[in-house]
Amino acid sequence: MMSQTIKIVVVVLALVAFVIIVPTSGSFVVLLATRAMAFAILAMSVDILLGFTGLSSLGQAAYFGVGAYLTAVLATKFHFGLGWDFWLVVVLGMLIGAALAAVFGLFAIRAGGVYFLMITLALGQCVWGLAYRWNSVTGGDNGINLSGRPSFGLDLSNEVTFFYLVFGFFAASMALMYVLIRSPFGRSLVGIRERELRMQILGYNTWLHKYIAFIIAGAFGGLSGVLWAQTNGHVSPETLVLTTSVDALLMVVLGGAGTLIGAVIGAAIVFGMREYLSTLVPWWQYALGAVYVLTILYLPSGLMGVPARIRQARANTAAQNVVEANKELATKT
Amino acid sequence: MKPKMLTAILVGGAIMLGLGAGASAQTPEVKIGFLAPRSGIFTQLGTDMVDGFQMYLDEHKGMLGGAKVKFIVEDDQGKPDVDVTKAKKLILQDKVDMLVGAVLASSAYALAPVSTAEKMLYIGTVSTADDLAQRQISKYPYLVLSGWVPSQPNHPLGQWACDQGYKKIVAISADYAFGYEQMGGFQQTFEDCGGKIIQKIWVPLGTKDFGPYIPSMKADADAIFTMMVGPMSLQFPKQFRASGNKKPIVGGGTSYDEFALPFMGDEVIGDVSALQYSAAIETPENEAFVKNYRAKYGKVPSYYSESNYAAAKWIDLTLAKHGGKYPGPIEFINTMKTIKINAPRGPVSLDPETKSPIQNIYIKKVEKKKMFGYGKDELWNTVIKTYPAVSQFWTYDKAKFLAQPVYSRDFPPCKYCE
Repeated sequence: MMSQTIKIVVVVLALVAFVIIVPTSGSFVVLLATRAMAFAILAMSVDILLGFTGLSSLGQAAYFGVGAYLTAVLATKFHFGLGWDFWLVVVLGMLIGAALAAVFGLFAIRAGGVYFLMITLALGQCVWGLAYRWNSVTGGDNGINLSGRPSFGLDLSNEVTFFYLVFGFFAASMALMYVLIRSPFGRSLVGIRERELRMQILGYNTWLHKYIAFIIAGAFGGLSGVLWAQTNGHVSPETLVLTTSVDALLMVVLGGAGTLIGAVIGAAIVFGMREYLSTLVPWWQYALGAVYVLTILYLPSGLMGVPARIRQARANTAAQNVVEANKELATKT
Repeated sequence: MKPKMLTAILVGGAIMLGLGAGASAQTPEVKIGFLAPRSGIFTQLGTDMVDGFQMYLDEHKGMLGGAKVKFIVEDDQGKPDVDVTKAKKLILQDKVDMLVGAVLASSAYALAPVSTAEKMLYIGTVSTADDLAQRQISKYPYLVLSGWVPSQPNHPLGQWACDQGYKKIVAISADYAFGYEQMGGFQQTFEDCGGKIIQKIWVPLGTKDFGPYIPSMKADADAIFTMMVGPMSLQFPKQFRASGNKKPIVGGGTSYDEFALPFMGDEVIGDVSALQYSAAIETPENEAFVKNYRAKYGKVPSYYSESNYAAAKWIDLTLAKHGGKYPGPIEFINTMKTIKINAPRGPVSLDPETKSPIQNIYIKKVEKKKMFGYGKDELWNTVIKTYPAVSQFWTYDKAKFLAQPVYSRDFPPCKYCE
């Protein structure tokens, strides 16, 4: 069994290798990596709900969307967030994501399981509808073009500089979420996931715990949206359609729920296939579909479940050996 | 799965290397990056687009204007986000000279700033939007909209409807920017001529059941204006006629384009629509185009095919003026402005200021007949009137037109609705 410290060291080493190798690999890969990281923050926020609290949300694109639209509207209508005030936009983006989640949470947290799924889906579609129809603010179906990335000493229009910035946010988000799930609060979320009734009997206000987790996930969703808007330079209702939520959920399931890093691996695989493999072969969708199906069939705990399965297989054969040895003993005596 | 993916990447890489090594240094080469949906709900439109462009290339042995063309198609999945990534891939990795294509208006909006930031020529062959071609065009010096502008065919259509003596019209349209712009164009010319739009009904994009809307349409109208896209185009006339309503229909181009027509029933016979292209234009150029296209791809070309075929021709003629050497985006656009092409859809030139096309607009009526020597009775968009050399500003003064807001859900206001 790998100890927690070794795991952390492995992840940190992987991230360091990533940040050293990617910028040397040509601009398109840099851009892809930037997109994948910006989106991975959203996927991790889904993991907080799905993997640690046991709530499968289909409305996470809503927080992503308000973050993205906030950035675009502030930049185009108020010329705000194009210099140092970009950092303010980041904070505002997280706040608006959290605020929206605080409102939606009041409706959604009352339910669980498939009902939670339906309610979050409906609320997410409300935000999509608003983006689609509120023409004077969102530009409707045509969306909003950002005039350029912010510049404050650092010129973010340079793809590599922007890559480092997004990487910074990505690594910080991951670290923050890791601290969060290792905290007593995070532990109690896992407790709720495993057996909510027992946690209630133990005296925990499970509703409040779930509500707070929901708001935190919303805040990270908002952050992800702010970065996404800057990555693309364009925000449209397509940014927050249902498939965005579904994608985030699938990434988590693919990588392995309840691991954080699984969400990142899922995002990397989906982006790699959808945006890199698709430039090479026309049948990339079959490959992506096959990955999904095989994962669900053979790896219900996602790709992060592979080591555990190997260990389990080994343990099984070991146990088998013991059983056989016992049988042998029994026949002898 | 992982090894399979790795193999795919390796094989793909090997192919790309092979292609790179095969390029000769003798004839000049031009790399064209083409964006079209190859997956998702717009795949079929994307196929028509690629086929149109490819057909012109094949007819000219892969050469445009003396340059060997490297034609790289990328799947934009019909999503503006993906358009941006794929455009950057084409620019940074494949080092293309120009971008062509894309379907949705939002794709054009997303690609325009990329073209400006990367100083990359982008020719929007299908994707287009009113405001992009009008009030915003000055922001995008590397953008050309070679296909059309949404309101462009609907200005003449409004005039035509008025000339038919229609006084009151009920309008029903898909509820999004592309619909607003088409209906806006129609309403403006129709009302300027003395007609009245007495009701506007907005139906959500993708509506499959018009049952709730049809009974609410006012009975005292002389005609109906519709603006539908995709499966909505098929469903609306079917339900509308089934309800017993016999009023004449005039429609935006996509309500009856060649993409929808083969799947329509006889109930659409007699319906009128306007667009810059009809497969039934009776010119030798178009007849040859339709016959070749149909022989090659097994279907009648749509405006998606024609628009890209014509764009390939435009690139061909422009490059020829530079001896096959790509002269850089601004120089290319300047040359393009001086060339009037003779496309299957008729003569097309560029408005030098807004870089949008000036072209014929055809008022078309659906008829069941034999055309171009094909043996079967089929539905065709017979041209009943041609408005020659229509610009996106119709007969309006450009400055005055640009001073009014872009056509939207609320503009022009519905003065005669109660």
